[in-house]
Amino acid sequence: MFTIYNRRRLLNYFNLSASALAMLTGLLALGWILWTLLSFGFHGLSLNVFTQNTPPPGNSGGLLNAIVGSILMTVIGTLIGTPIGIMAGTYLAEFGQRGWLAPVTRFINDILLSAPSIIIGLFVYEVYVATSKHFSGWAGAFALALLVIPVVVRTTEDTLALIPDTLREAAAALGAPRWKIVTLVTWRAAKAGMMTGILLAVARISGETAPLLFTALNNQFWSSDMNAPMANLPVVIFQMAMSPYDDWHHLAWAGALLITGTVLILSIIARFLFKKEKISF
Amino acid sequence: METSAKISLRNLDFFYGKAHALKDINLDIPAHQVTAFIGPSGCGKSTLLRTLNRMYDLYPGQRAEGQILLDGKDILDKATDLNKLRARIGMVFQKPTPFPMSIYNNIAFGIKLYESPTRSEMDDRVEWALKKAALWDEVKDKLGESGYSLSGGQQQRLCIARGIAVKPEVLLLDEPASSLDPISTARIEELIHELKTDYTIIIVTHSMQQAARVSDYTAYMYLGEMMEFDKTDVIFTNPSKKETEDYITGKFG
Amino acid sequence: MKNSLSEQRSERFALQDTLFINATRLFTFIVFALLLSIIISLIIGSLLSIKAFGFPFITSAVWNPVTQKFGALVPVVGTLVTSIIALLIGVPISFGIALFLTELSPNWLKRPLGIAIELLAGIPSIIYGMWGLFVFAPFFGDNIEPWLIDKLGPLPGIGFLFQGAPMGIGVLTAGLILAIMVIPFISAVMRDVFEIVPPLLKESAYGLGATTWEVVRHIVLPYARIGVVGSILLGLGRAMGETMAVTFVIGNSDDLSSSLLMPGNTISSTLANEFTEATRPLYLSALTELGLILFFITFIVLAISKLLLLQLGKQEGLES
Repeated sequence: MFTIYNRRRLLNYFNLSASALAMLTGLLALGWILWTLLSFGFHGLSLNVFTQNTPPPGNSGGLLNAIVGSILMTVIGTLIGTPIGIMAGTYLAEFGQRGWLAPVTRFINDILLSAPSIIIGLFVYEVYVATSKHFSGWAGAFALALLVIPVVVRTTEDTLALIPDTLREAAAALGAPRWKIVTLVTWRAAKAGMMTGILLAVARISGETAPLLFTALNNQFWSSDMNAPMANLPVVIFQMAMSPYDDWHHLAWAGALLITGTVLILSIIARFLFKKEKISF
Repeated sequence: METSAKISLRNLDFFYGKAHALKDINLDIPAHQVTAFIGPSGCGKSTLLRTLNRMYDLYPGQRAEGQILLDGKDILDKATDLNKLRARIGMVFQKPTPFPMSIYNNIAFGIKLYESPTRSEMDDRVEWALKKAALWDEVKDKLGESGYSLSGGQQQRLCIARGIAVKPEVLLLDEPASSLDPISTARIEELIHELKTDYTIIIVTHSMQQAARVSDYTAYMYLGEMMEFDKTDVIFTNPSKKETEDYITGKFG
Repeated sequence: MKNSLSEQRSERFALQDTLFINATRLFTFIVFALLLSIIISLIIGSLLSIKAFGFPFITSAVWNPVTQKFGALVPVVGTLVTSIIALLIGVPISFGIALFLTELSPNWLKRPLGIAIELLAGIPSIIYGMWGLFVFAPFFGDNIEPWLIDKLGPLPGIGFLFQGAPMGIGVLTAGLILAIMVIPFISAVMRDVFEIVPPLLKESAYGLGATTWEVVRHIVLPYARIGVVGSILLGLGRAMGETMAVTFVIGNSDDLSSSLLMPGNTISSTLANEFTEATRPLYLSALTELGLILFFITFIVLAISKLLLLQLGKQEGLES
């Protein structure tokens, strides 16, 4: 009797310790990666990074054209993807109670949310790059837009679902048509949550590499021509990191620090926004 | 009845999907009077209120059968323009529902839907509505602030002001004081008294005292049926049905 | 006058409503059509390769751009093996983390720990790749792999998995890095699923004198099992599609090897490395067909995962 109890207690301690160990492993991995990133990243960071373009092999230089290209494609991708995502998310939350379109699209959207991003790159290559016969900034921006859409659809729908029906009813009771209820009342009430979704989407695409590999490709020189191949941080980092040159490795780490910093700062702002919104309700 | 009927219900049935929530309701709601719907929770009093401006139309699967005559015209008719109907029938909800905009714009929102007043006309109109709702003195210096910055009782009066600003003919109040403190409740009840000269008011309440205090007519509902409808003092002093008496005297419900 | 104005307005409102609702419906249809377009475009892109190699494409281990002979076996096996390694290591750790966050952690620690796990999910995958290549692989090759070759290599049965030289990079390293990457996804869903278990149910078991582990083992896990499987499949879907982290550390070899310590290739790493270099149509088409296979597998895994999690949601809806 007593030994059974002891065995149970032992098993309990053993498994709970294993659980704590798992938590520790996760934290250790995080700490190790962040430490690596910070020490290598700051070592590679200098003013040149922001003032010079990417260098030819074996030379030193900066990341200016890649930073600009990344910002340009991220902004355009967000501008294309956000309206589509908001409209579709609005349909799912506000008008999709009847019919097959809403449940099917909701399901498809959740799959797109986790689908391999390299497939999106492949898709844009097939329908845009292959037909226009050249890699371009536009192609990169389209690929990023396709990654923005599912995130924004999901967060828009989720946030709109949190808005109490009585608010919609109150507007309807004044004789407001549906489109005014949605645009002037519901969207406004859901503003913080929807902004959070957009920020999360921007955070996601600013770190994405795979969909840009065969859409925007890369460009060693300064270019703001969206119809030409365009330099961007993730692909530049990839190529530099895979190269045999030490100078390039340093630059790659500096770029890595910039990307991760951007992603994490955007996530923190998004979290802050959402927290504020919860209080206002 | 000495006053003319503003709204007449004829053989009204209501369904949530398959559930039969209102059964063969017949009722004449007099103009420029306060009519209260009372009854235990789940009796259908709120459902009945929501059929009067067809709020249920926002949700699939809910439907009403029979006739609801507003000034003699059937609003259940398919051709009825719902937006215009709702502009004629204002509604105030259980919980305050200020829109996520400034106090001023909360009021202006409804007015702008169907009218194009000038800036000064709009200012006058907002002031008029807020005065009607006895809120003007409290908010006149902060019209630009968010509607959420007000207290619960103030928010509810803002919603009433918003409702009357569009000058509806009928005002539907769905337990308007149930989430408020006693002082705010008293103010809302005073307000109802003052408003009935201009509007036909229908109030749903779970508080019998409130019904007795504010209404001229009372309808007692039970399990989706209209049990008794009469002048409020008759219902509360000399009801004709035993079920009504049991409910009024607290033997049940 | 007011009446005629409101008459005009309400007619306009009706029209605007129709326009607005149909616009949202149109955009929804775009999202819906996106999936179909992806599948169709990938199939069209693959036609050349499908015609040239037929079904044996999947079973052939030859990948030779020079002779224009292509088979998907090496990258497909590489994708499956790295993902399985990722799950074998990642799932127990994720389970431990979810258990820690729901049952053990003091309340004040829950939030920071949750944020830490989300941080792990927020780090771009290319950073994992660089860390893997420059830091983890050398460490692993110097310290762990020699030991694996020494101790596990001679063992009968599993020894063949641990042969070769300790290079650091290879299939096992890629699997390990994938494991770290899927931990935040799996543990976050698992935590949410565990939190659905009604406290009353757990308290009843505690009331009988059960230990924390017994409550988890006999109450929480059975109650949440559908969600747990869903979370694991979600992680699997992520692991199979992950590109950059794998590309950095897998070694990019088109040879089939039984040893986990040898370099290999996954579908996504093959695409990342070779797509822009592929100039001949058949080469491109074969790569596209690889992408099609990847999309097909991940689609099925993610769809099952989603259906399981949906089912859990419904069951919860009924019981609450």
